[in-house]
Amino acid sequence: MNYIIDAYQFCASHFPTLTMAIGLLLFPLLPVIIAVAMYVWWERKVIGWMHVRVGPNKIGPFGLLQTFADVFKLLLKEVVYPARANKALFVLAPLWALVPAFAAWAVVPIGSHVAWSDANAGLLFLLAMTSMGVYGIIIAGWASNSRYAMLGAMRSAAQVVSYEIAMGFSLVSVLILAGSLNLSDIVNAQAGSKGALDWFFLPLLPMFVIYFVSGIAETNRLPFDMAEGESEIVAGFHVEYSGAPFAVFFLTEYANMILVSFMVPLLFLGGWLSPFPVSWGWIGAPGWWWLFAKMFVFATAYLWLRATFPRYRYDQIMRLGWKVFIPITLAWVFVAGCMKYFGWVVAGA
Amino acid sequence: MNRVVNYFKSLMLLELWAGMWLTLKYLVRPKYTMRYPMEHIPKSNRFRGLHALRRYPNGEERCIACKLCEAVCPALAITIDSAPREDGSRRTTRYDIDLFKCIFCGFCEESCPVDSIVLTSIHEYHMEQRGENVIIKPQLLAIGDRFENEIAAARAQDAPFR
Amino acid sequence: MTFPLISFYVFAAITTLAALAVITVRSPVHAALCLVLTFFSAACTWLLADAEFLAIVLVLVYVGAVMVLFLFVVMMLDVDIDPLREGFIKALPVGLLVAVVMLVEMLTLIGVRALQLPAPGDPALAAGMSNTQWLAMALFSQYLLPFEIAALILTVAIVAAIPLTLRRRQGVRMQDPARQVRVQPGERLRIVKMVAEKPAPQPETSSP
Repeated sequence: MNYIIDAYQFCASHFPTLTMAIGLLLFPLLPVIIAVAMYVWWERKVIGWMHVRVGPNKIGPFGLLQTFADVFKLLLKEVVYPARANKALFVLAPLWALVPAFAAWAVVPIGSHVAWSDANAGLLFLLAMTSMGVYGIIIAGWASNSRYAMLGAMRSAAQVVSYEIAMGFSLVSVLILAGSLNLSDIVNAQAGSKGALDWFFLPLLPMFVIYFVSGIAETNRLPFDMAEGESEIVAGFHVEYSGAPFAVFFLTEYANMILVSFMVPLLFLGGWLSPFPVSWGWIGAPGWWWLFAKMFVFATAYLWLRATFPRYRYDQIMRLGWKVFIPITLAWVFVAGCMKYFGWVVAGA
Repeated sequence: MNRVVNYFKSLMLLELWAGMWLTLKYLVRPKYTMRYPMEHIPKSNRFRGLHALRRYPNGEERCIACKLCEAVCPALAITIDSAPREDGSRRTTRYDIDLFKCIFCGFCEESCPVDSIVLTSIHEYHMEQRGENVIIKPQLLAIGDRFENEIAAARAQDAPFR
Repeated sequence: MTFPLISFYVFAAITTLAALAVITVRSPVHAALCLVLTFFSAACTWLLADAEFLAIVLVLVYVGAVMVLFLFVVMMLDVDIDPLREGFIKALPVGLLVAVVMLVEMLTLIGVRALQLPAPGDPALAAGMSNTQWLAMALFSQYLLPFEIAALILTVAIVAAIPLTLRRRQGVRMQDPARQVRVQPGERLRIVKMVAEKPAPQPETSSP
């Protein structure tokens, strides 16, 4: 046992970057991949239940291994390259989508200052990484030399850029109240004696809703999945993808969903803080389990929304983003400024 | 004024909550799914599945090669050749049904004057080789022999309505 | 040679190569993607210089938004390159002149900087706060007025760009999603209560 610790300490002191990279690979990525598999299973189950079906139940107990079976099937399939496709970019596109989706996990804390990179500009880094993800979709749409894919890429580019503004503004209001870009500081700023009532979702209720809705739009999920509207443009940007590259796109999409499900609690619902006042003893104690419980609620809300709503029409999505969300967020940034200035909301009270 | 009220009302997302509540109610409903190989949906006695040729209780085949079924078949799935047997009775020498052509309309059964060709309730069958889709007379008779009790029971159940 | 130094050279080399590729590759889409790479590796070098806020904002604004729109346009237009390449020789003298002037300007700038006294130390470090915090303090206290004026000008530019390019074509049937969303069920749908059965046939009273 000591050998392992010694080896770790040797690596950490002599090759800090390499150790960090490998640690990053082992710690968030492997669990994220497994979580994605479980999430896909949970999605099929929940949507099945809402359709009065039972969902996958054959492979493994309760069908738990269904996704693994699907993944291995996908990985073993032939990758078809469309004629006259730009092959280099065609292969690069899924990776370009995947890398930012996973890089963003570097700054996600699961406890006070427990993150791989406790960066000062953590929130900005996250925003930058999520905005990079759209390249994968655009390049995939362009490189596959297919009209449907191109249409999907166009829609997704316009949609992501539009919703990023509303998302950015809702983050700005959080920043104003928390006074920091560091995610751990933002969560700690929501601590207080009143438990859940001290969290930011109450003073920032519209922003909380808008952030989650924009998050759904950013991850191209129903009811905002214009990029792959099956009924209109078959499967959008990934029509031409098969086998392993398709699996990578799939992984990216679900990893992003889990990321957004983590971000909403961190920014608005007090992260790892307990909803009960600290004075209530063990039930009021903060801990990672609260964060994961909240994450689970939002991850399930994604599926719930998908099972409930039909796909939005493209022009209505644009209207919602530009004419509804942005004015509201602009107004509420001002309100948040007032709250901070007049001391109605005190960070970390 | 009305527009302002509607605007704020739309921000409450009332319709969306109503929809979400509906799906939530369906989430906990008992499921309709039949776990098929383990469970089966009850079948009507009029179910039209795989074909069979029946025999009389004394073992004589019913079919008299009248070719009414061949004539009535809208999909031209039945092929019959006939010849006199040694005892002089008119019998089929060939009775083929192409299952790929058959649309399971049941006209053959309706047209049969001696209740020979019937549609059984068997729906789980498969073919592994090309050509197996055409079932020939001995196969049809064998199916009839094997499921005679069921076939007779289903016909008896339906008799009052004919 | 420490690890940060090696990474700096790697990032700088990638930046330079990608920038060269932007002006040499034929496909406009490839050029745009190379520009993305240039921005990204430039951001990496800034990160190495502890300017994390600027680096991330570079990625967020230029890579995440501006270049997406740029790519969008380049892909949509499907630029035909051949006519563009025809005038290459004709424009070469002017291009060369501009390049030479720019080079001289840059060299002068570098020369002036080199002749100056050594650069003052990191003001953020001196003030004892993080780079981001120091930048915010400077922007929102010392330079508040220029900052706000710049913001106002940009906002006006955005608003101006919309009315300048917006044209309402006549005779085009357009949907107004706002009006469609505003529709109330009561305006469109009238629920009529009526008996499901047919009334019994009336006995014919007037027979000729």
